[in-house]
Amino acid sequence: MKTVTIEHIVKTYPAEHGTVEALKGISFEIDQGEVFGLIGPDGAGKTSLFRILTTLLLANSGNATVNGFDVVKDYKSIRNCIGYMPGKFSLYQDLSVQENLEFFATIFNTSIRQNYGLIKEIYEQIEPFKTRKAGQLSGGMKQKLALCCALIHKPTVLFLDEPTTGVDAVSRREFWEMLHRLKVQGITILVSTPYMDEASLCDRVALIQKGGLLSVNTPKGIISEFKKTLWSVSADDMFGFMKAIKKDPGVESCYPFGQVHHVVFKTEENSEAWLQQIAVQNNYNKAAIKVIEPNIEDCFMALMQD
Amino acid sequence: MRMLKILLWKELLQIYRDPAIIRILFIMPMIQLLILPLAADYEIKNINLGVVDHDHSEYSRQLVNKIVSSGYFRLKDYSATFPQGLKAIESGRTDLILEIPTHFERDIVKDNRSSLFVAVDAVNGVKAGLGGAYLQGIIQNYNQEVRTQWIQAQRFDEQPTIEIASADWYNPHMNYRVFMVPGILVMLVTMIGSSFAANNIVREKEMGTIEQINVSPIKKMQFILGKLIPFWLLALLVLTIGLLIARLVYGIVPLGHYSTIYVFATIYLLAILGLGLLLSTYAQTQQQSMLVSFFVTMIFNLLSGLYTPIESMPAWAQLITRFNPVSYFIEVMRMVMLKGSGLADIRYQILALIGFAVFFNGWAILNYRKRSG
Repeated sequence: MKTVTIEHIVKTYPAEHGTVEALKGISFEIDQGEVFGLIGPDGAGKTSLFRILTTLLLANSGNATVNGFDVVKDYKSIRNCIGYMPGKFSLYQDLSVQENLEFFATIFNTSIRQNYGLIKEIYEQIEPFKTRKAGQLSGGMKQKLALCCALIHKPTVLFLDEPTTGVDAVSRREFWEMLHRLKVQGITILVSTPYMDEASLCDRVALIQKGGLLSVNTPKGIISEFKKTLWSVSADDMFGFMKAIKKDPGVESCYPFGQVHHVVFKTEENSEAWLQQIAVQNNYNKAAIKVIEPNIEDCFMALMQD
Repeated sequence: MRMLKILLWKELLQIYRDPAIIRILFIMPMIQLLILPLAADYEIKNINLGVVDHDHSEYSRQLVNKIVSSGYFRLKDYSATFPQGLKAIESGRTDLILEIPTHFERDIVKDNRSSLFVAVDAVNGVKAGLGGAYLQGIIQNYNQEVRTQWIQAQRFDEQPTIEIASADWYNPHMNYRVFMVPGILVMLVTMIGSSFAANNIVREKEMGTIEQINVSPIKKMQFILGKLIPFWLLALLVLTIGLLIARLVYGIVPLGHYSTIYVFATIYLLAILGLGLLLSTYAQTQQQSMLVSFFVTMIFNLLSGLYTPIESMPAWAQLITRFNPVSYFIEVMRMVMLKGSGLADIRYQILALIGFAVFFNGWAILNYRKRSG
């Protein structure tokens, strides 16, 4: 049985002129025990989908189930078995770490002791600060506490809305390690993120853009969908070089990626010579051109253009 | 039950940790109760009087003396002509002019009648009305005195006169503090009940913590009770502080039982807290809920009979006061404090407030949604 099913979910919000379609009838499924990534830029509709699945928001149309329970009819059963960590830190800032945990344990009809095993590893990291007020914790600590609070009632499905946004690189890696340990315990995890590089840490990902799905696949599967050759180029005048490449009618796309530009051609022949020629013609020196493996971000850029 | 207990524990802990709430809770009633009753006095004193005396007779001097010695008036201007006297009013030096015509004394003695002219500056309506009335009373009294001097020996009054002797029941000395303190206390309790609770829930909305509550299996009823009870306790605490101040500072000891006040306050707070909850279900930000509750409590207070008697309002406004819970509490407070009314005497008000409580809370519960559409 699929843990989460989403069928043709549509959600619109009233806007100044007419309505804004936040979700345009998307469908996908999540298997039991998966770490499923919902990846897309800000405003793609990730939070709306999370709020629908956590029974906080009603969709305009479509069906969705969590653990086999309908999000509209059986919302009460869902609330007993899910953990939700909203994108915005939303624990009580004026209660201490321990008090927050105790409060959320109790309102989910359980106690810290009962499920301590599940959160032990994470909680031990923040335990030295257990009497500190939640509002005075650092960003990474807050995330850990929020995760503890979302886990304390031993949910079978965990919804994490942009848990790593605004968190430093080290804490981000730690956070993903924690997620993988939770996965071992059999918890299904749906996590959203705007960072493409985190996609490879998920079992499967859904790329979402402007309320529509671009692709649902394993990270490897998504990369294998990228059929064309990807070139990495650099020269002394990076910006001028990019403008020159973009002007060429044979180039499909060219965008900056870190210290290099990624280039895709419409046809496959003579691409390297072609790029060399552009560099020479425009007097750019130190041109370095090579073929590279695409990553998720390249796939996302390619899918967005289709 | 365990759920409700943890909600209450959390709420009380948060209130206790918020230094602003504690300060407001104790300082607000003290300042209001120590300053307002002394300042908000209905009695008009120190009315500035201007006199234009064209007669300069024994009688006119007697009349002016009598007016000034009443204690309500201060003789500020003594002009020769009416236009001069009017100047004094225009410049704000005097509030009213008494013009005594020429031959005032002669006319009274000879014709048995004379007339006086009173001009009042009505910019401040209350001052004008009361000042004019006081002056009229004094002149009437003076008239009586003059007459009794002439017809002393007569056994039967030729002119039947009715003399009025008044006794002020329940507040024999017409002490305004006795009258104002219970009213101000009601105002305080109302403010705490309506705006504190509303703000608290909206704060959870702003902070996003309500989302966490909403995805939990907590029942609507538990959540709302968890919010009602702490503020109900707080408001009763403020009421207690207020009653203590009334007793220790103003020496106001209710004639009725304190228990009657608390029984009524309990029901009253359920209604007012319900109103606060209702506001919070509509407001999205603390600013909105603040402004709306400020507006509502202001209307409630002004239409409550605290400052102006309900009986003197126009009929439509009196109808509005019927739907104002504050007016019931002020009425009950005064009844219990000054008249010693018991529960049986205020049963009508109790019933009305139970109605309010059911109405506001019912609406709030219906309108509180754990999810949005």
